[in-house]
Amino acid sequence: MSSLQIKNLRKSYGAVEVLKDINLEAESGEFVALVGPSGCGKSTLLSIIAGLESVTSGEVLIEDHVVNDAAPKDRDIAMVFQSYALYPTMTVRQNMTFGMECRNIDKATQDETVKRVATLLQIEPLLNRKPGQLSGGQRQRVAMGRALVRDPKLFLFDEPLSNLDAKLRVEMRSEIKKLHQTVGRTTVYVTHDQIEAMTLATRIAVMYQGVLQQYDTPKTIYEKPANTFVAGFMGSPNMNFFKAKAVKNGDGFSVVIEGGEGTPLPLPADRYDTLTDGQSIIFGVRPEHFSPASDNRAERKGIASVAVPVRVDMDEPTGSETVLLTTIAGQNATIVCEPDAAPAIGDTVDFEIDMTKISLFDRKSELRL
Amino acid sequence: MADATTHQEFDPLATGSRSKQRRSRAIVYTLLVVFALIYISPLLIILTNAFRPLEEIVREGFISMPNSMSFGYWVEAWSTFCIGGTCEGVSRYFSNTLLMTVPATILSTAFGVVNGYALSKWRFKGDMWVFGLITLGVFLPAQMTLLPWAFVLGKLGLSNSIAGLVLVHTVQGISFTTLFCRNYFVSVPDDLIKAARIDGAGFWRIFRRIMLPLSPPILIVCVIWQFTGIWNEFLFGTVFTSGANQPITSAIVAFSGSGTGERHYNVEAASVIFAALPPLFIYVIGGKYFVRGLTSGAVK
Repeated sequence: MSSLQIKNLRKSYGAVEVLKDINLEAESGEFVALVGPSGCGKSTLLSIIAGLESVTSGEVLIEDHVVNDAAPKDRDIAMVFQSYALYPTMTVRQNMTFGMECRNIDKATQDETVKRVATLLQIEPLLNRKPGQLSGGQRQRVAMGRALVRDPKLFLFDEPLSNLDAKLRVEMRSEIKKLHQTVGRTTVYVTHDQIEAMTLATRIAVMYQGVLQQYDTPKTIYEKPANTFVAGFMGSPNMNFFKAKAVKNGDGFSVVIEGGEGTPLPLPADRYDTLTDGQSIIFGVRPEHFSPASDNRAERKGIASVAVPVRVDMDEPTGSETVLLTTIAGQNATIVCEPDAAPAIGDTVDFEIDMTKISLFDRKSELRL
Repeated sequence: MADATTHQEFDPLATGSRSKQRRSRAIVYTLLVVFALIYISPLLIILTNAFRPLEEIVREGFISMPNSMSFGYWVEAWSTFCIGGTCEGVSRYFSNTLLMTVPATILSTAFGVVNGYALSKWRFKGDMWVFGLITLGVFLPAQMTLLPWAFVLGKLGLSNSIAGLVLVHTVQGISFTTLFCRNYFVSVPDDLIKAARIDGAGFWRIFRRIMLPLSPPILIVCVIWQFTGIWNEFLFGTVFTSGANQPITSAIVAFSGSGTGERHYNVEAASVIFAALPPLFIYVIGGKYFVRGLTSGAVK
């Protein structure tokens, strides 16, 4: 059974359409991440699911009931806000019981629930404090506690980690994941951070300019991005895009990067059968799919490969890996390699590309080939 | 959380040499003392005259230290002094004003808080127009409203009554309280309201449990503003009431108007102080919050 369904959803503010024909569905217990740059409409979509904003056209269904006109309180949802939105004059306990109080749940059940959730989130010592006396991470926990006591059909998170410092964010991220595994409720999670989306979600919805670009598992989104936007947005450092041409090469095709020596890079056979000879394409390679030719990684994997000459312009060591800013055939490229294998700046070195992991896009439509 | 001071917004020690600091400090304090004397002198003169016998005032003039002191003039002013034909002192008018000011302050503040909450957190089509029209009352001169009010009070049968003045001051005051409260509530994050709506709370529950507990600073501003404003108000009291129904501000004007024989400067001084005490008292206990409340939200 799908616990959330969005059908042909549109939302306009006056003449400006911020959501364009969104279709989405989440199975029971799924963790869906809505990800995209700011202004892509992801927060508006969440507000619409919550019932805080109205629908222009289309339908929102929660557990197969259309809730377009239902008030937020009648949708059986709980939401964690970016600002946490804790009631400042209430104690942590009152913050958590407020929702139950509004629903006339008896006092004994309230106490029992608060106790259970407080234990789960390890916030028992904070129950009698006011939000102003809590640190950022503690507020975050309380905000989640307030959502958890309700045991709703749907959890909504609106960029809950963006106000935390980097270290705490990573900690809370894994806690949210653990929590989701324990509670097992359907969750919709809005974020602009693609790493959060990748690590947490069972399915990711990538949005851009009010359009749902791709909705799939993190693995598929990363390995087979539907278009250049998704390819560029997901993954860090960004995927490299080379202007290139497809060239017929016996049975299969090869890629020739424009502006270089014209070395053909053979594509795996039996794929890309829609290509035509001489077609203009965008050749997408993730930074980690380069390897120094001296490693012979491709040979060891049994893939035929051709080395490309790479000029190293700058390096950015991060400790665990080194990011090289380079030029390949006159086009900028980012390469990630092991710190020990990093060539010196200014050198021209041969790198191999793992051709089984690459993506090709049409130059005009920017869609995946 | 520990409130240890770890930084300073403005460090006066970083503004120049020691001698320059001393010089500027001396100038500041001199100016402050001069102006403090100017502002306090009328109060001092009235206060001393309220204790002095009449012949002494006549002999030595207003501005002089008292040679002998008596509290008798205060008692006379409160309970037996003749004002405008009745000889009950200012006590009657004092209670008139109290009966007018307290309900009008409470009512106008209550309406203002609800208005401000609705206009800032439950936006509707045309809300800016409603807000604009309500706050227009802030800028309308009271003289302009005299005739309409006289008409309304006459129709309602509230002419020459305390209840009539309560109505006038409540309605006039809503303009101010709505403006104050709305501008204060705008700085309360909308997410709180959204969270409460998802939690299942409605308009009044959110008001009671979330907005009201956040409101004391602005409630104090409204109460001080309304109380002092209504207490000191003169025009409506004079126009719409007469005789025994007058508020104290209108009644003590009779001092200058009666002109029958000699003036009792000492009793009149005591009466004036009675009339001025309540707003002064309110301001002294609430003044700190008043300034804080008026500026909160203005600087972020």
